Amino acid sequence: MNQEPTAQEPILRIDGLSKSFGPVRAVDNVSLDIQRNEFFALLGPSGCGKTTLLRMLAGFETPGSGRILLDGTDIAPLSPEKRPLNLMFQSYALFPHMTIRKNLSYGLEMERLAKTEINHRVDEIMAVTDLTPFAERKPEQLSGGQKQRVALARSLIKRPKVLLLDEPLGALDKKLRERMQLELKRLQHEVGITFIIVTHDQEEALVMADRMAILKDGRLLQCGAPEEIYEHPADRFVANFIGVMNFISGVVTPNGSFEADGLSVPMPGAAAGPATLAIRPESIAVSMNGGGIAGSLVDAAYHGLDRVLHVKIAACETPLQVRVPAHTSADLGIGSPIHLGIDPDRCRLFPD
Amino acid sequence: MSSAAGARLPGRIVLFCVFGFLYLPIAVLVLLSFNEAGLPTTWSGFSTKWYVALAGNSEILGAAWNTLVVAVAATLISTVLGTLLAIGMETRRRKSTGLEALAFAPMVIPDIVLAVALLTFFSRLNLTLGLHTIILSHVIFDLAFVCSIVRARLKHFDYSIVEASRDLGASGWTTFWRVTFPVLLPAIIAGALLAFTLSVDEFIIAFFTAGAGRSSITLPIQIYSMIRFGITPEINALATIVMGVSALALLISQWVNKEQMS
Repeated sequence: MNQEPTAQEPILRIDGLSKSFGPVRAVDNVSLDIQRNEFFALLGPSGCGKTTLLRMLAGFETPGSGRILLDGTDIAPLSPEKRPLNLMFQSYALFPHMTIRKNLSYGLEMERLAKTEINHRVDEIMAVTDLTPFAERKPEQLSGGQKQRVALARSLIKRPKVLLLDEPLGALDKKLRERMQLELKRLQHEVGITFIIVTHDQEEALVMADRMAILKDGRLLQCGAPEEIYEHPADRFVANFIGVMNFISGVVTPNGSFEADGLSVPMPGAAAGPATLAIRPESIAVSMNGGGIAGSLVDAAYHGLDRVLHVKIAACETPLQVRVPAHTSADLGIGSPIHLGIDPDRCRLFPD
Repeated sequence: MSSAAGARLPGRIVLFCVFGFLYLPIAVLVLLSFNEAGLPTTWSGFSTKWYVALAGNSEILGAAWNTLVVAVAATLISTVLGTLLAIGMETRRRKSTGLEALAFAPMVIPDIVLAVALLTFFSRLNLTLGLHTIILSHVIFDLAFVCSIVRARLKHFDYSIVEASRDLGASGWTTFWRVTFPVLLPAIIAGALLAFTLSVDEFIIAFFTAGAGRSSITLPIQIYSMIRFGITPEINALATIVMGVSALALLISQWVNKEQMS
């Protein structure tokens, strides 16, 4: 029976999706639910399978196994042109022989809409994306940022149920990229379409996504809101991949305390045995008047608002990164002794 | 400064000599085709009478018509086949050097070898020789040229626009006609014009595969047979026209292809 989809039901359910290229398992049994109107990011280092996953959703790769349920219907057997979702290509893939207007109307012509309806919708999307002055230009006459907007408009004009974006900001320079991150998020709210974005840039994912999935070697490591993943990474890889993380190797004693050279952090309930303690630079406190873990300042990097101190302590080979407000540490010279405080509540423990 | 100019001078002389060697005979031929007198030894004034004489020569007109038929037919067939071959070769997942060599070979095999081979082949098949055998033979080497030009274009082809077209709801067939074909069109036209040029002035293969009889004589064969009775200004005029047509086609071909490459 066909049911009217409710708001709680995911718009897209990826169910045990796998894909191999020869002996390489590019995507390995990935299951994900993507909610209606969500800005979802697929994040991972290059070669993690995120693009293959996206291309399977768009229909350009055939899944080895698994299902792709869009509003409850399996779209995996459908060819790309029959899927009610659109892909914005990393290279933009604009048609070089057509004007911007023609590029935009192409998708609607394929739906065999009336000419007046097509013109109306093209004018509308050009207004939303500030492309009206470029209607009669060819793609080669546009800048990178303008091309990016045409590519976005061309996929949005079809009003897909889900818009897939493959590294949409990858070809832009840093300034423009940061502006477009917010722009994309604003646009997504405006059009009310579910966005699935592929990126290797963790910062980009943190800024834009409502929820994100971290992939590595084709496997899903963790899925959740950016805060959740940042604060509670599921494993060492995620902890290291998202933001900056300090790692200290040591041992958890039977009475629930993490011990390393000159360092002891109470970890009640943790399983005894060798483990790695992970802590963010901003979760380490500096105490000027002694007490805590003794170390010495190796390096300090000024970032305007704050300063990242590199502090060598006995328990750890690589200096710890400590982020402190810039004005509190101005008088610290390289080599000066320093004392650190670690809040057990903000530490993560990974058994080795 | 003067030493730099001095160093450049010998180079310029060499360049001048090379181009003179290449083009002076042609210039003389073109000039003589407008010579009032019938002898190449004297210039007695400008005249277009040899062109007028050509227009009244039914043998030459017949040969010109045959050439046109052969060139147009061979061009059409080889352009379609060559384009398809190029697309097939470039979109194959597994590249085959053997296939590449096969597609490339007709360009480098000496014409005389190809001509003898084709003649033997046709007589083995008991095919009556005529315009159709010339067309078939011309298709063979035209195909290689069209294919290599279209393939060069495909090397720079962004296949993501094909996927984008599918993604936007177009079938494979619609995608070919609205995206792939228009983007390749300049290369296809360039290939077709080159094929036409090659076909118009091709002599050896046409001579071998034309068979006996006037009905399948092409212009190059006609010129060759006229030359046995001495070079007349009429031949000069005919050669000038053939050259003009070939040069024009070649120029358009280069212009169209360059236009798109930029």
